[in-house]
Amino acid sequence: MNPESFSPYILTWVTFAPLAGALCLTVLPRRDRDIRIISLVFSLLTFGLSLHLPVYFRHETSPFHYEISRQWISSPNIHYHMGVDGISLWLVVLTTFLSPLCVLISWKSVHDQVKEFFILLLILESALIGVFTSLDLFLFYFFWEATLIPMALLIGVFGHERRIYAAVKFFMYTMIASVFMLAAILWLYAHTGTFDFVEIRDQIARGSVANFPAAAQWLFLGFFLAFAVKVPLFPFHTWLPDAHVEAPTAGSVLLAGVLLKMGTYGMLRFNLGLFPDQSRQNAPWIIVLALIGIVYGALVAMVQPNMKKLIAYSSVSHLGFVVLGIFSFTQLGLNGAMFVMLAHGVSTGALFMLAGILHERRHTYEISEFGGLASPMPVYAASYLFIVLASVGLPLLNGFIGEFLVLSGAFQARAIYGIIGATGVIWSACYLLWMYQRVFYGKVTHPVNNSLNDLLGFEKAAIWPCVVAALVMGVAPILWLSAIDPAVHTALAQMASKAVGQ
Amino acid sequence: MTAILLAQAIPQGADYVRILPELVLSLFGIVIMLLDPFVDEEKNQKTLGLIGFAGTLAGLASTWYMAKSPGLAFSNMVRVDSFAVFFHFLVIAIAAVVILTSFEYMAVQRIRASEYYALILFSVVGMALMSSAVELVLIFIALEISSISTYILVGFRRQEAASSESSLKYFLLGSFATAFFLYGVAMLFGATGSTNIDVISQTLRAGPAEVLVYVAVALMFVGLGFKVAAAPFHVWTPDVYEGAPAPVVGFMSTAPKAAAFAVLLRVVFAINAPGRFWLVWVAAALSMTLGNVSALVQTNVKRLLAYSSIAHAGYLLVAFAMTTREDSSIGISAAMFYAAAYAAMNVGAFAVVSHFANAGERYVTLEDYEGLGRTSPLLAATLSIFLLSLIGIPITGGFFAKFYVFSAALKANLIWLTLIGVVNSAIGAYYYLRIIVMMYMREARREVPVTPVPFGLGLALALSLVATLYLGVAPNRVLQYAQQSAKGLLPQQAATAPTSSAQVEPAANIPRH
Repeated sequence: MNPESFSPYILTWVTFAPLAGALCLTVLPRRDRDIRIISLVFSLLTFGLSLHLPVYFRHETSPFHYEISRQWISSPNIHYHMGVDGISLWLVVLTTFLSPLCVLISWKSVHDQVKEFFILLLILESALIGVFTSLDLFLFYFFWEATLIPMALLIGVFGHERRIYAAVKFFMYTMIASVFMLAAILWLYAHTGTFDFVEIRDQIARGSVANFPAAAQWLFLGFFLAFAVKVPLFPFHTWLPDAHVEAPTAGSVLLAGVLLKMGTYGMLRFNLGLFPDQSRQNAPWIIVLALIGIVYGALVAMVQPNMKKLIAYSSVSHLGFVVLGIFSFTQLGLNGAMFVMLAHGVSTGALFMLAGILHERRHTYEISEFGGLASPMPVYAASYLFIVLASVGLPLLNGFIGEFLVLSGAFQARAIYGIIGATGVIWSACYLLWMYQRVFYGKVTHPVNNSLNDLLGFEKAAIWPCVVAALVMGVAPILWLSAIDPAVHTALAQMASKAVGQ
Repeated sequence: MTAILLAQAIPQGADYVRILPELVLSLFGIVIMLLDPFVDEEKNQKTLGLIGFAGTLAGLASTWYMAKSPGLAFSNMVRVDSFAVFFHFLVIAIAAVVILTSFEYMAVQRIRASEYYALILFSVVGMALMSSAVELVLIFIALEISSISTYILVGFRRQEAASSESSLKYFLLGSFATAFFLYGVAMLFGATGSTNIDVISQTLRAGPAEVLVYVAVALMFVGLGFKVAAAPFHVWTPDVYEGAPAPVVGFMSTAPKAAAFAVLLRVVFAINAPGRFWLVWVAAALSMTLGNVSALVQTNVKRLLAYSSIAHAGYLLVAFAMTTREDSSIGISAAMFYAAAYAAMNVGAFAVVSHFANAGERYVTLEDYEGLGRTSPLLAATLSIFLLSLIGIPITGGFFAKFYVFSAALKANLIWLTLIGVVNSAIGAYYYLRIIVMMYMREARREVPVTPVPFGLGLALALSLVATLYLGVAPNRVLQYAQQSAKGLLPQQAATAPTSSAQVEPAANIPRH
């Protein structure tokens, strides 16, 4: 088949393939094995389809690729407008990459209401992909909200002891923040007559939007609040540890791996894209919040007795790097921010899977319950070490590239940003390696840990792709950056032209 | 001379066509009343119900027939336009679905059906007439027809003291409110010399409005505000909803509200009522806030949904705070869409509640819903979709309804009202979510029997579900119809009186930052 003829619809296929899987599952009888296999097939199929995107991606041409634009509703003027550029492209692939792994990691750990679990997982995947592919603000908001319900249900139904509290907190936090974004989107629509991202951006750049200068700061904040809660930026992060600790493993993986990136992606696409001037004006305090997040997240992570909470706070710290990179407004910083997003998705996703595997065996996340696990579970320990090192930022692994780029960008912007940010790298080495030492080295302190099984087949199948990805991303980052770099360049050029134009 | 006048006064064939749905529904209602003594006591529940359902179907068909001959009828008292057709269709469809849910309820609660179905049909006659009447006196009569039937319906759980209390409370306060409406009509007549909406509209356009007109508009707003349960005229709502039979609550929280909103739309926009801006603004803000905040602490699902209906009346009222002609047109269509979407989801939610309540409405507290997701997944999933729609989550009608209302408000630069609205809808998410949390995330602590869903109820649920999702995925056709109706409702182009619209344009119209 000619791939070119396939192109206009590829994003539709990728976005809705998991949803088709979910619909398939609803009519299937409750035979758990079949349900697991079908969900794996659909998530792998989606991954396969999504590989079409980078393979046929031509970064020389127009900023958005595989565009499709059809009218959905005539009044208000809503289009089914989808397209990806170098920024969203990899986030889509990250989502489709992690989803089959989530299915695998839940293979045995979910045994009650299996059908509902996988239906929710596939719906969530569809909504997540939709967030990254939509170029119509309405469509974007639609998918943005649509991620909320399946995630809240995954936490609330399949989570641990305090799951209801965590689910409701997660839901309310993000819901309250995103209604401000809705208000901002509606304002933009009322004054531009369109929801189309590209068109609104052009209209704003031309200065043809009535009342825009007066409202711009509020609109910026409306969008920013919704994204900052999702990231989560300090001080909006308090929902995150609860949600992570209570969520089932697959929920944590998608939450940390993809859901948080919705926030940083939104900042990059909408805050920078639509409000370049306001982004510059607000950058100082946002960077301060990001730096607080980096250091605070790391310090709190260090004292956590709970492994999952530790990883959750490490996310706060890592996502701080992303925000720092974005608001440094340098080519390096933005490239780095994108790369940290992808690297964090892979390695933190893997960390949550590894924590989940341990929880499967011992039903606890308390670090003090373990010790000396390296001898009963050597393969597990080795995989864990690899991922920890990737997360810490060892050169030649994925974490290093992103953090290095972000810090170079931050130094270019202002030396003090880089200096404070750089301490975050040291902190992350401290808390992760210390945790690793306490869990894996020394003698086995609890006799029950002696009889723990090493990785099972399906667990290896879930972890090793992440290990491979972490290595490849570290050795050959150019594969990713070749698409990211031009997109970031375009984004920065648009900001610069706006600044010159004034 | 007299002969010509007489000839004009005598109704023609077309006149009857323009009230055909009302005629058909009344006919079916009378047939039910007449048949009641002859039908076997045991079986009469279902037979009469089926006749009632057939009546609503015939009503829908005759609405379709009526829609083909738009125009004025009965000496300019009734006007059939697409606005009227929209609301005819809406209230009759609500009645049809409610009748379907009532079959099971009546049998389980051991209530003798007899006049129940007839009363539903009669009250629909009143509501349908409210939407097509353009004569204030006729509107009043239609309002009374629908209200009196509803007063009786509320008291239908005869064995329950709460139900009788509800009925009496609703009757007393309701009569009080209609009296306000009537005073308003009288004053408007005093100020303009007419009770015909078109004539009033022309008179008001001719010159600056007198104080009497402002008082009249305020009084009429009080009367209608009571009917739609808008704060501060909402105090009756939770008590009445709690005591009334669940299907009746599903009915009265949607159909009479839709009809009252239809009247309000005509009164507010067709006569370009002066001084309405702050009335509507305050009522909308209060209803949204009071409704949502009070709903947060409810433990009885019927009370919770009662407060939620107050909040939704508030969202809907936001669409009324438009002043310029262009904004008004968008506001009207947004309000119409909201009424339809709210009807679909709320009737559906109450259908589930009334099925679940069981004999004597024993199971109506939040705790009773614990673990429903496990014991009957399909019912729980259906209720969840209605609740998500009430929250305003995408792919449901509730989302687009809120969306249209708020985007209309922002277009009219009502920034504060919109902010109050969106913050409220976020607060509101919490209490709907509580029900979902109960159903899916908690284990049942006590045995709550859930009987299998009978065919009639299943059909009713399926219809409401399809309508909710249809409005959420493909709102285009309904919206276009509403927009077309909105254009017809507004006075003709040159008409917008610059004086009155300038008067009601307050400081809030300047964007505040």
